[in-house]
Amino acid sequence: MKLITHNMLMSPGTRNGFPLAIEVESLEEVEADFNPEFIARMVEKLDYPALLQTVASLSVVEGTLPPQVPEKYAEDEEFLKALHHVLLEVEIVEGSLVCPETARKFPIKEGIPSML
Amino acid sequence: MSMSHRSRPEEQAPPDVFYNQAEAEKYLHNSRMIEVQAQMAERALEMLCLPEDESALLLDVGCGTGLSGEALEEYGHTWVGVDISRDMLGVAQRREVEGDLVHQDMGLGMPFRQGVFDGAISISAVQWLCYSDRNEHVPRLRLHRFFQSLYKCLRRGARAVLQFYPQDAEQLQLITASAMRAGFGGGLVVDFPHSSKAKKYFLVLLAGLPDEGFSMPQALGEEIAATQVQQTAAVNMERKQHAKRQIDRRPGKRSSKGVTKDREWIMKKKHSQRRQGKEVCNDSKYSGRKRSKVRF
Repeated sequence: MKLITHNMLMSPGTRNGFPLAIEVESLEEVEADFNPEFIARMVEKLDYPALLQTVASLSVVEGTLPPQVPEKYAEDEEFLKALHHVLLEVEIVEGSLVCPETARKFPIKEGIPSML
Repeated sequence: MSMSHRSRPEEQAPPDVFYNQAEAEKYLHNSRMIEVQAQMAERALEMLCLPEDESALLLDVGCGTGLSGEALEEYGHTWVGVDISRDMLGVAQRREVEGDLVHQDMGLGMPFRQGVFDGAISISAVQWLCYSDRNEHVPRLRLHRFFQSLYKCLRRGARAVLQFYPQDAEQLQLITASAMRAGFGGGLVVDFPHSSKAKKYFLVLLAGLPDEGFSMPQALGEEIAATQVQQTAAVNMERKQHAKRQIDRRPGKRSSKGVTKDREWIMKKKHSQRRQGKEVCNDSKYSGRKRSKVRF
């Protein structure tokens, strides 16, 4: 599971089940093609504070993201690259997700979170 | 095995059981299955009417082994797939699809935040919601929860195109009505309506107000139908006669009236009825026993 998906995921059937806390057992860094337009379009959809919170909780991932989204983010290639790396190149392989509302745990196995 | 071949997979087992390792493997090797799935995914993507040359974030409901997702990848879109079968997702993972995979029962709702997806597709999955495999499964509620959560996680003005196989008119009505009740606009598009084999149902849904210039997609295969109908009718007639001859020629076949309804026959019948979800009396030592000759 990549962090872009984590930023969209919500504990099913809850009102405030977001963001899910991540308990990492193993994590991989992968490479993905950089598409600046796509990343810029994602900025509007992202819950940026939640993303920062998640990145901070994962000590392994380098925190090069600024505390706020820059005003002209679409032209800020450095920012888009940093965001691209965090969103698409960090893969949680094993671990679990914890719902902030009910503390329910959802296991992640072989990169697939189970929300059942 | 001819029985299981004919009946719908939905009647055989719940989706997480039916799509096991063996079934998942089929989607890896069976070229016809792969082709049909990819074709339908492409058609669904076409009906999403996404802006050209822009890569979107899409949801694939019932993504299975990721065949439909691959069609989305080809057009440069990023996708997230949801499926109830862990075996199918495992195969998708092994095929190294680009999309992220989430294990979830769609009847429990899509586990995503509000307004995140630019569109959603679903290939041959939604009809599964019409079956209740467990006591607590109520199709109407599961459909409602699915459509409500789907509506929520789509951005306003986004579309969802869901291809499905309704068993009968009642299921078609149940699914369509449930989508409308969740607030979706849009409706049904039937491709190749006159062909029993190529006929495909697509529910084209719109979340929120339509963008300017919205129009429902045109169904395929409506105009060529007139000439084809006659041909297929003739072919069907021939097939039927051929089949009849085959049956008549079969040696020593007992007529259906002559079947002795013994205990074994009754047990088999009850088993198959149970599988279809019908109400069947419990088995006991009295099942299929002859009535006593003594009259009181």
